[in-house]
Order: sequence, then C-alpha cells, then structure tokens
Amino acid sequence: MIRFSNIFLKFDGRQVLQNISMDVPAGQTQVILGGSGCGKTTTLRLILGLLHPESGSIVINGQEIVGLTERQMASIRAQMAMVFQGAALFDSLTVRENVGYRLWEEGALDNESIEQRVAESLRFVGLEDTLDKMPAELSGGMKKRVAIARALACKPKIILYDEPTAGLDPINTHLVSELVCRLHREEHVTQIVVTHDLECAYRIADRLIMIHRGEAIFDGSVDALQASDDPRIRTFLRPEEVLAEPGCFPHKDGGVRVVPPMSEKAEQAPA
Amino acid sequence: MDLAVTRIEDTLKGYAAAVQDFAQLCVTAAAGAFRRPWYVQETIYHMNRIGVGSIFIVVLTGIFTGMVLTLQGAIQLEPYGAVPYVSKLVSASVVRELGPVLAALMIAGRVGSGIASELATMQVTEQIDALRAEGTDPIKKLITTRLIASLVMVPVLTVITDGIAMMGGYLIAHFSLSIDTFFYWTWAFAALGPMDLVYGLLKPLVFGFIVCMVGCYAGITTSGGTVGVGHSTTHAMVTSSILILVSDFFMTKLFIYWGW
Repeated sequence: MIRFSNIFLKFDGRQVLQNISMDVPAGQTQVILGGSGCGKTTTLRLILGLLHPESGSIVINGQEIVGLTERQMASIRAQMAMVFQGAALFDSLTVRENVGYRLWEEGALDNESIEQRVAESLRFVGLEDTLDKMPAELSGGMKKRVAIARALACKPKIILYDEPTAGLDPINTHLVSELVCRLHREEHVTQIVVTHDLECAYRIADRLIMIHRGEAIFDGSVDALQASDDPRIRTFLRPEEVLAEPGCFPHKDGGVRVVPPMSEKAEQAPA
Repeated sequence: MDLAVTRIEDTLKGYAAAVQDFAQLCVTAAAGAFRRPWYVQETIYHMNRIGVGSIFIVVLTGIFTGMVLTLQGAIQLEPYGAVPYVSKLVSASVVRELGPVLAALMIAGRVGSGIASELATMQVTEQIDALRAEGTDPIKKLITTRLIASLVMVPVLTVITDGIAMMGGYLIAHFSLSIDTFFYWTWAFAALGPMDLVYGLLKPLVFGFIVCMVGCYAGITTSGGTVGVGHSTTHAMVTSSILILVSDFFMTKLFIYWGW
C-alpha cells in the first residue's frame, strides 16, 4: 500500500508538484497520466526515495519514508523495483548479470538458485535466449523487457514503471502492456505506471490519476476519466477534437489558444 | 549594479556549494572503504585498468623526461666541469618533482577523464539511479572502489616513472656523454635521502586522490545529456591538472618549511 498525502516539491524555485495526494491499495495497478514535464516521473522518484519532497507525507507499506536517510531507505527499496524509461540496464554487464544483479548483491541465495530465478524472469518476458548478450546488442523493446525481468527477479511487492511503452513499436508496446497485466493478474504485484500512452493506460489501469502542471486534476477509474468534462482532460484524451482547427494550441488553463498564421502576423506588425 | 552584485554573489555561492558537495563526497567515499560490502573484485578490476592500463604512457613519459633532463642538465653543468654529476640532478629532480607531477598529469588525462566520462554516461542514462533502486550504494560501488585503486596504483606508477626516467637519463649519460655506469648510479642514489622516499610516495598519494575524486565528482554531477558528458570529461581533466600543480607547490613549500 502506498499513500501520498499533500506532497509539494520545488526545483530551482519552480513548483513541480503541488498538493499531490493518492492511495494505491496493495495488488492494484495505478496509472499516472499527464503530458511531458508535468511531474509524473518525479512522483516515481519520490516513492523510490531518489528525491525528497518539500512537504507532505509518503507512506509505503505502513512506513513513512520522508526524512529517511539513504541507509534507512535500503529496506524500503528492497520491497520495490523500478523499470526506468530508458531501461537503465548496466551496460558493462550481460543480460544475465543485469537480471540477477540484486540477488547476487544481496547474497542471500546460492548461485544455482539465482541462475534459476534469472532464467525464470527472462522466460516470463520471452527473452530466455538473450542470457549472455550485452545490453548494446538488444533492441529498445528487448531492453525494456529485460528491465522488467530485472525488476521481477527479486520478487518485489511494488513495481514502478516510467513510460514503459515510450518509443516502442506497436508489437513491443502490446508485449510490455501484456506483461504489466500478467504481473497484476498472476503475481498480484502493486504497480504504479507513469505513461502518456492512453491505449496502454486504459488496458492496465485499475485506477488513474492525471497530473497537469504539477497538480492532480483527476483521480478515478478509466470510465470516469473518459466521461470527464474538464477541458484539460478532454484536450489530453481527445486532442484531435479539441485542437482540430489549424493554429490551435492547448492553453495552460485547459482552454484553447489560437495562434494566427505567419502571414497574418506579418501584416499586423507595425512598419 | 545590483544585478552585477547579485550575479557575483550567486556565482560565489555556487562555487562554495560545489566545494561543500565535493568535500562531502570525498568523506563519504573514504568512509565507504571501512564498511561492508567490500567489492574486492571491482577494486582489483579498477587497479588493473588504472595501473596496468597506464604503464605504457608512464614509461614513455619517464624515459623521455629522463633523457631530455640529462641532455639539458649536461649543457648547464658543462661550464663548471660537473657533467659527470648530471645523474645527481636527474635523480633529485625526477624523484622529488617531475616524476610524481608528470605521471599524475598523464594519469589525469587517461584515467581521470575516463572515470568522469564513464560515470557521466551512467548518470545521464539513469544507471546510477538504477543502482540505488537495486539497493546498492553507488558511492561505495563506483567511487570507493576507484579511490582505493587510485591510491594504490598512482604511487606504484610514479615509482615506475621515476625508475624509468633515471634509466632514460642513464642511456643518454652512458652512450652520449660517456659517463661510467657505476659513477652514474652511485651519484644518482647519493642525491636521494630517506625523506625523498616519503616525498616520492606522499605526493602521488595526494595526486591519486585528486585525479580520482575530481573525475568521480564531475561524472556523478553531470546533467544535460551527451553535451554534459563531454563537458564533465573536459572539466575533470582541466580541474585535476590544475589541482595537481597547485597542490604540488604547496606540498613542496610545506616539506621545505618542515625541513624535509
């Protein structure tokens, strides 16, 4: 269970997150939606303790993590795994070493058990034949799937995904979305997925939260999101309808601003 | 005017914050050497990369430094009829100053910039965050291991540079200046006292620390994608070279003050 209460965060004087609150019950998949740069990834980094909020509270499985030191965070992070946007595989290690990294670091299992767990995880993502490859030899989609296998190998209670389908072709997008669904169905893992891929979001989400300019503007089900008449949400979900006219751009408050064509501007300009 | 003052103030604050962060990183990395896990394999791997990988450049640096020093020294000593004692000049200047400084500058170019670019790439591709997410302390795994390797290998490389430089000097002294082998080596060692050994090992220890920590700091504070990686690499090389030269001056001054 993850609980975010009234989180505020500032970077270089700019308010990045404002009063974000959300509850993610155990075993559920929560999707965080929003445009680029709205603060979605920042939210994941807060959960992982890579960033610290200015104010507010973050409780993970009953333990408050705000104010914990790096060393105290270690036991919290041991329950979690993250799939980074660019996969973030260690490029000096093979796929086998990447997937089994945490298990070898922890040293709690013998070599044979770790090898078995690595093979299982890679089989789950359909990449059992890449064991001895280096990350540089893999395609973008394969890297993402290896990153999911790495997250899976340590059997975490919580998995965080940062744009898992970004930059992937439709087949890999489908494969990755399906993996997230299977983890939910078969392993009952609590998952938080940051994305702006609506198709993926609708498919995997138990609940969605939408962030706009650092502020949570929606928290609810897929159906409730689609029925929302908030102009900011409508613009995000159906830009082809809202921004249909040429020269239309989304306004920061959710409306539409119209930029006149270049020639018109030139005529209006003083001599 | 106010704007200029504010800018100067911000710049100075920025430098002060960077020095504070650097000092904190140094303490954390050094403290990491005294607690588990030890990462012995990684440390040996970095010793091999830093030490064995740099032998070729320090041998070249040493041999040519020794040869040119002998040639130039002989010209200066000739009016006084002191050419046969050129080995004394070569050994003293190589062991006390040139060996440690030149070896450190070469290592800064090869190793320091390498460390900076490697860590910078890891930083911009989120691999350092991934390490933290996997429960690993990146400072201990990435920096402490490199620091130990540098502190061990830079003095070793400096001793090699010193030895090769004296050998280079011998080649010129014997084959070009016709100085007797026994005479050359007798005066070469006569110029060195026990404190020169301390000099010769203390300086590379400090230089090894500078090269490694400046490279690591530049690497892990990288931002701005691939442009940032290039910037960090250059920054590491320039900063460590300057710090080597400046710290060499102050160490020499201090040693002289203490009467070493």
